[in-house]
Amino acid sequence: MEIKNKQTFGQKLKAYTKRPGSGFLAVLVMLSTIITFVVMAFLVVFIMVKGLPYITPDLFSLTYNSENVSLMPALVNTLSMTGISLLIAVPTGVFAAIFLVEYAKRGSKLVGLIRITAETLSGIPSIVYGLFGLLFFATTLKWGYSMLSGSFTLMIMILPLIMRTTEEALKSVPDSYREASFGLGAGKLRTVFRIVLPSAIPGILAGIILATGRIVGETAALIYTAGTVAQIPKNLMGSGRTLAVHMYVLSSEGLHMNQAYATAVVLLLIVLGINWLSGFIAKRIVKG
Amino acid sequence: MNNFKEKGMKIVFLIAACTSVLAVALICVFLFANGVPAIGKIGIFQFLLGEKWKPSNNIYGVLPFILGSVYVTAGAVVIGVPIALFTSVFMARYCPKVLYKPLSSAINLLAGIPSVVYGLFGLVLIVPTIQKITGRDGSTMLAASLLLGIMILPTVIGVTEAALRSVPESYYEGALALGATHERSVFFTVVPAAKSGIVAGIVLGIGRAIGETMAVIMVAGNQARMPRGLFKGLRTLTSNIVLEMGYAADLHREALIATGVVLFVFILIINLAVSLLSRRTQNGN
Repeated sequence: MEIKNKQTFGQKLKAYTKRPGSGFLAVLVMLSTIITFVVMAFLVVFIMVKGLPYITPDLFSLTYNSENVSLMPALVNTLSMTGISLLIAVPTGVFAAIFLVEYAKRGSKLVGLIRITAETLSGIPSIVYGLFGLLFFATTLKWGYSMLSGSFTLMIMILPLIMRTTEEALKSVPDSYREASFGLGAGKLRTVFRIVLPSAIPGILAGIILATGRIVGETAALIYTAGTVAQIPKNLMGSGRTLAVHMYVLSSEGLHMNQAYATAVVLLLIVLGINWLSGFIAKRIVKG
Repeated sequence: MNNFKEKGMKIVFLIAACTSVLAVALICVFLFANGVPAIGKIGIFQFLLGEKWKPSNNIYGVLPFILGSVYVTAGAVVIGVPIALFTSVFMARYCPKVLYKPLSSAINLLAGIPSVVYGLFGLVLIVPTIQKITGRDGSTMLAASLLLGIMILPTVIGVTEAALRSVPESYYEGALALGATHERSVFFTVVPAAKSGIVAGIVLGIGRAIGETMAVIMVAGNQARMPRGLFKGLRTLTSNIVLEMGYAADLHREALIATGVVLFVFILIINLAVSLLSRRTQNGN
């Protein structure tokens, strides 16, 4: 949309003094926008300034003790927790989306139910997931406070996200692709796996990255499922804290505030990286 | 053989699709089965309307936390929603093209920042600032509302901006052609047309504020008593669960799960409102 008759700033000012109501609204809009972005810039800069000086080699030693307050075990736990959750949630979510887009009949009751429950899941707060994980995985299945309980809890939490993004990606694959594949004699399954799914991969990846962001930032769902042990557990049945939990524990103990800032910086950097990556992929989707 | 594979995989897809149904069913069953008996034992009115929470004396009333959640959320809405609305109007209708990309990725970043990081920010900046101004403990309802107000910004801005963008351009142009100013056209034709989308955004923001746990724990003071005003500490439903679950046993533990049930019911109502609203938006267009 090209603006042809552009006003100068002086003309705008004159117009606004003639119509003070409009001027007032314009001021409110500008003011609110400035508040939003100043607050956000301030938050990021504040955490960076406070935390960057405390990022020391000590912080990355392999085992945690009260002297080095290392975040390395938490970082490793975060990675493995993300890996396990994605390993279960991605196939489930992608298969579910394939069913919804490629197989389900429109308007069937089951599809309605699946959609409603997926919507419900995406609105449930993380502490409720934490409670459920504690009751079901940790207590009923007797997995205790463990990486496995934590991962399964997170798996349910990110499932609707993966389902939704995959669904959108599958829907955006043109029908002519499917028809061409059928026309060449391919079966439904072959069409789905060889034609539709590969074209939808960028969209699915974007969903996976979003899900990773949620897992990295999650705390409330993990405290009572994966526990708060500050070491790398020997196996999946051991308890271990992720980076976000680590930061929460440090700040609530209040003994190692500087390390808490440093951990917050690492978290922020991860989130920044994730955002950059998803922006990068989004750009490729637009191009493709 | 091929046919078998086709049918088999179809069933696999179907089972995967039913995972979400199963998950919701399990969550409901486990929460209600563990929480509802406790409400029965305590007495539904004593539990929901009781003003005292004293686990050591076996007194469990969650009214302080219900009110705490409601007050903090209301505060967050009062602080966050107007700013978010005006910002989304800026993003949809004012923003110069060069600025749009960096600003929208900034909003995405704001949405991605973990709640504990927000909490830390509140703990080391908002709380001490309030302390300095009032001269009393800064872990207050005001601190929690301010922080949540910031946290719901990206949620509300995202949904509202999409709603504003989905209004046909002709509405805006029609208003301009009738001689209305840019502001008048935007605020009196485009915004009303996007009303139900905007309300859905606000309700989503409310959901996020009620469900927020870690950030609130870090700044709200967490006293287990009735909320006493803007400059006093309070405890929300979510924080109550995290704070006491670690050492609770027996009825205390069940009462905490029942607290989760109350929260869950709140969220279900909010979800229902959102889906009704978004269905209305779809029909409206």
